[in-house]
Amino acid sequence: MPVVEKRQLLSAEEIGRTLSRLAHEIVENSSGAKDLALIGVRRRGVPLAERLAQQIRGFASVDVPVGTLDITLYRDDLSQVGSHPVVQSTQIDFAVDNRDLVIVDDVLYTGRTIRAAMNGLFDLGRPRRIQLCVLIDRGHRELPVEATFIGRKVQTSDTEIVEVRLREIDAEERVMLVDRVP
Amino acid sequence: MLRLSHLLGTENLTAEQISFILDQAKPFQEFQRHPLKKLATLRGKTVAVAFFETSTRTRISFTTAAARLGADTMALQAESSSLKKGESLIDTVRTLEAMRPDGIVIRHSSSGAPEFVAQRLEIPVLNAGDGTHEHPTQALLDALTIRDRKGGLEGLNVTILGDILHSRVARSNIHLLGKFGVNITLCGPAMWVPRELEKLAPRIRTTHSLEDGVSGADVVMVLRVQTERIHEPAIPPDEYIAQYQLTPARIQLARPDALVLHPGPIVRGLEIDSAVADGPQSCVLEQVTNGLAVRMALLYHLIGGAPADAPHPAKDRSNASD
Repeated sequence: MPVVEKRQLLSAEEIGRTLSRLAHEIVENSSGAKDLALIGVRRRGVPLAERLAQQIRGFASVDVPVGTLDITLYRDDLSQVGSHPVVQSTQIDFAVDNRDLVIVDDVLYTGRTIRAAMNGLFDLGRPRRIQLCVLIDRGHRELPVEATFIGRKVQTSDTEIVEVRLREIDAEERVMLVDRVP
Repeated sequence: MLRLSHLLGTENLTAEQISFILDQAKPFQEFQRHPLKKLATLRGKTVAVAFFETSTRTRISFTTAAARLGADTMALQAESSSLKKGESLIDTVRTLEAMRPDGIVIRHSSSGAPEFVAQRLEIPVLNAGDGTHEHPTQALLDALTIRDRKGGLEGLNVTILGDILHSRVARSNIHLLGKFGVNITLCGPAMWVPRELEKLAPRIRTTHSLEDGVSGADVVMVLRVQTERIHEPAIPPDEYIAQYQLTPARIQLARPDALVLHPGPIVRGLEIDSAVADGPQSCVLEQVTNGLAVRMALLYHLIGGAPADAPHPAKDRSNASD
């Protein structure tokens, strides 16, 4: 699908500073990181969660476990896509019961991904609490989902797309707003 | 993407398709360890499970795979069905189809029955074993088991031991392993291991000596004597046991870390000694667990998507987790 870049939303440096602030907010909100665990939603939520854990290790000297969650099997639109998408692994090596979980994803949009992520987590146990941390909140919610920790709120139109590039996956590091070419 | 309408056999799958299926079984292997083993992925879909021949593991495995994906099943079991009143295969299948399942899993004693059905129905057909022809999901779960334990398939020495002639498991395995650079040895009594079988794969040989067949093997796949498919006089059990039973002494001829596979059901004391079946090299129970994962992956990919030309759902596609 042809797209044209409209503007850059976050530079590499700004991503770094934003993640640092989010890491501090998460710890502040969790009464000392007790029972805290981060769940990165595949794909780009995963490196973000890992970086947050690394930050927290750095300033709070706490090892917060990180799990990765693939939501493909929990999507609500599978009967509408041509062929079923490839399933990736979910890897959560700790018990979910009674945990203070923070789901981490790059962009919050309709909220359907997060609904799916919560369903996935409930299959694994009963967390004490689930909160959401996103790099970008672009509005247009279709479900009652909200993020506690938000990097940046951006007003977008329906045709626009927020593209997040992270060095672990994309060999570059920035967030752009692009638009579909009519 | 898999781009497969039916799963009829391994003969016509490419190595890429097979690798894709094995890779996709991984998340479903992990899923078996979840406390809650129930997805909504195929919720509202129905899978017809039509077994015109007896089965324990394959039938329960497919039924459980469908249920764990959230689908419902329609169960046809030949012994308790109107097939006893003389209803034909195609009428039975059309009856099931009239109840609008989204896919059908079929096991039948006639080679070619699943293909026959696939040509006449609009829904995906998965072959759970047809006559002496193919049992593709068995070969896939065997390959997954070997790949997990050995790190890969390329260059391994795999011996298939027993009644190869009547074995659909053997055929599906030969077709599959032949696409991955495996050195295949077919070993068993001359009447059940004809030389013609060497045409089925590139690096393959036959031998009627168990010692020769098992020496240096990385994997020994033991087959059951298919008494229900044998119409000519069988080899007496004592003779079979004397010459071909896989015993603790005989498995020593294989590599020290060789795997022992068996599709089940095991006839203890006939094709395999209990000590080997229950021993540290045996992967029999792992095979069963892997079978569930493979079948979940197949049902997930074959059943339930929209037709290929359906318009994509609108804005959910942008910024969907990729």
